[in-house]
Amino acid sequence: MGTTIGIWIAAGLTLFIYSFLYKDNPFYKFAEHLYVGITAGYWLIYTWAYVIQPMLLDPIIKNKEFILIIPAFFGIIMLTRWFPNIAWLSRWSIAFTVGMGAGLGVTGAIQGFILPQVQATLIPLSGFNFETFNNLLIIFGVLTTLIYFYFSKEQKGVLKYGSKIGITFIMIAFGASFGYTVMARISLLIGRIYFLLSDWLKILK
Amino acid sequence: MKKIFFFILSISLFILIFSQEKPILTFLGEDTPDSIVKNFTIDASDIPNDGGGGIELKWDSPEILKDWFISIIRIDEDGKRVLLTTDIPILSKQVRDVNSEEEPDRVIDSKGYNYWGILSKKFITEELLQILLDTFDFKEGLYSFNDDTFFVLSKTQMVYSKASWFNFLRLAVLISLIIISLTFLYYLNLAKKGKDLYIRKINGLDAVEEAVGRSTEMGKPIMYILGIGYVTDIPTIAGLTILGRVAKKVAEYETKILVPSYDPVVMTTAQEVVKEAFTEAGRPDLYNKNDIMYITQDQFGYAAGVDGMMMREKPGAIFLQGLFFAESLILAETGHSIGAIQISGTTETAQLPFFVAACDYTLIGEEMMAASVYLQKEPMMLGSIAAEDFLKVIIMSILVLGFLLSFLGSGLKIEFFKNLFDILYQALQV
Repeated sequence: MGTTIGIWIAAGLTLFIYSFLYKDNPFYKFAEHLYVGITAGYWLIYTWAYVIQPMLLDPIIKNKEFILIIPAFFGIIMLTRWFPNIAWLSRWSIAFTVGMGAGLGVTGAIQGFILPQVQATLIPLSGFNFETFNNLLIIFGVLTTLIYFYFSKEQKGVLKYGSKIGITFIMIAFGASFGYTVMARISLLIGRIYFLLSDWLKILK
Repeated sequence: MKKIFFFILSISLFILIFSQEKPILTFLGEDTPDSIVKNFTIDASDIPNDGGGGIELKWDSPEILKDWFISIIRIDEDGKRVLLTTDIPILSKQVRDVNSEEEPDRVIDSKGYNYWGILSKKFITEELLQILLDTFDFKEGLYSFNDDTFFVLSKTQMVYSKASWFNFLRLAVLISLIIISLTFLYYLNLAKKGKDLYIRKINGLDAVEEAVGRSTEMGKPIMYILGIGYVTDIPTIAGLTILGRVAKKVAEYETKILVPSYDPVVMTTAQEVVKEAFTEAGRPDLYNKNDIMYITQDQFGYAAGVDGMMMREKPGAIFLQGLFFAESLILAETGHSIGAIQISGTTETAQLPFFVAACDYTLIGEEMMAASVYLQKEPMMLGSIAAEDFLKVIIMSILVLGFLLSFLGSGLKIEFFKNLFDILYQALQV
């Protein structure tokens, strides 16, 4: 019985959301507000149960890890925004978080993107075959794409043509990525329609 | 009758259980018919370049032992035994004793450990394993158990794990970081000294003013969506910088900006940015912090909420600048359906095609970072763009050098250049 009610609710809400494809309407509004409200509440509880309690309260109370009072302080001063007189205090936390993100981003980018990508472009060119042609295409594509992202000079002459070829490579890559992702989205749609026809309407077995 | 039956059943079961012979572990001697097994040794050492808490065990695997298995038991200096691994093929050649922080039996730095290896042709039974872990008096040699034989190797030397001060495997990262830092310092210094630095026109950014102006004329608000990134994500930081420029234009045109946020910290930061921009434009009175609101931290909940807001508020211009994932097309398509001018930008390559398809202008990857500089044209920020471009030239030079070395080494088979290519390739390894 419980499962049946659940399926009806899920099917109803699915149709409410899909009704947006026609136009904004009260059914969509209901489903939207329900979804937003439930997820906001869920994340509040999630943050308490999986972040504040196990990573802050329990270590301080049970393990006496008083060093955690420092991040807790930065967290609490974020709430000073409710009090205009001391609202400026929240900027400390923001500054710390943004600075930390930017700093970590530099080493993360070097290690995760720049060096591996440069290394991956150093590819052998042996013999006159299709693989060599393919590798040459990769090297040429990377070089011209980098030219496209060169901002300090006006795109004239070699830079202009390099940049045009670069953006062509980018667009070809986007086209391939677009098709690939659309395929994945279609499979999500099929999954939803299958749920409606199978679990709900029992048309499909 | 029942009682007699149960009595007989109990007696039968008792006899059945105790009449079964217990398998006996028998020491067959130190010698083994196979000299290769006898000479098999495990080398244990601290894992270099790590943060401690890890020991590496290596061995040579002769072809003749390819069908054998190895099980390894760790014994610490207090005599505590822990099973490291059981029945892995000898051909695997190595195993690492690295446990997670939560693991109670994890390897602890500065504590001594010995390892005993057990070679067998068959999988070790649970029963034997229990004996090895509980009561077995480890001694090198050949043993039999349940008609199976196995060989206990000599124990490894006592080994200690320790944390390394420096990870030499990431030397390339340090060198790159130094080069990047020095380049930035050089160009920032140039900018400080007043050198005129140039930034080329970025397509789409001239449309910012047009988009804000059009919205104002139509009496519609502007919507600025920062995506589902956190304030520690670089695209979100870039999005916030562009927000500052857009908000300034909004204040100058005396219109309204809506910023629905996914993350509370991003929302707080966005409030600060918009407030500062309005103050800079001389219109702090127009700033309304409720226009920068929190929606939810659920990806599709956020998408549903923002879509609904688009349909009701009907913004004249929508900026999608930040970190976007699967919700990108849902947002961009809804914005397109209400006829808003859309200017998007993200570094997520998988989402950029959707923005290119559904938005009027798209800032691709680094263009987004350059956009904030283009809008502001502040000398220090221009310096950072010039530094980035110089670094791109270095990267292009490495690629061209790699291409030439590869052509000469692999294409024309000149060994010297092939070696140079390999050195260059290894130098970039992280």
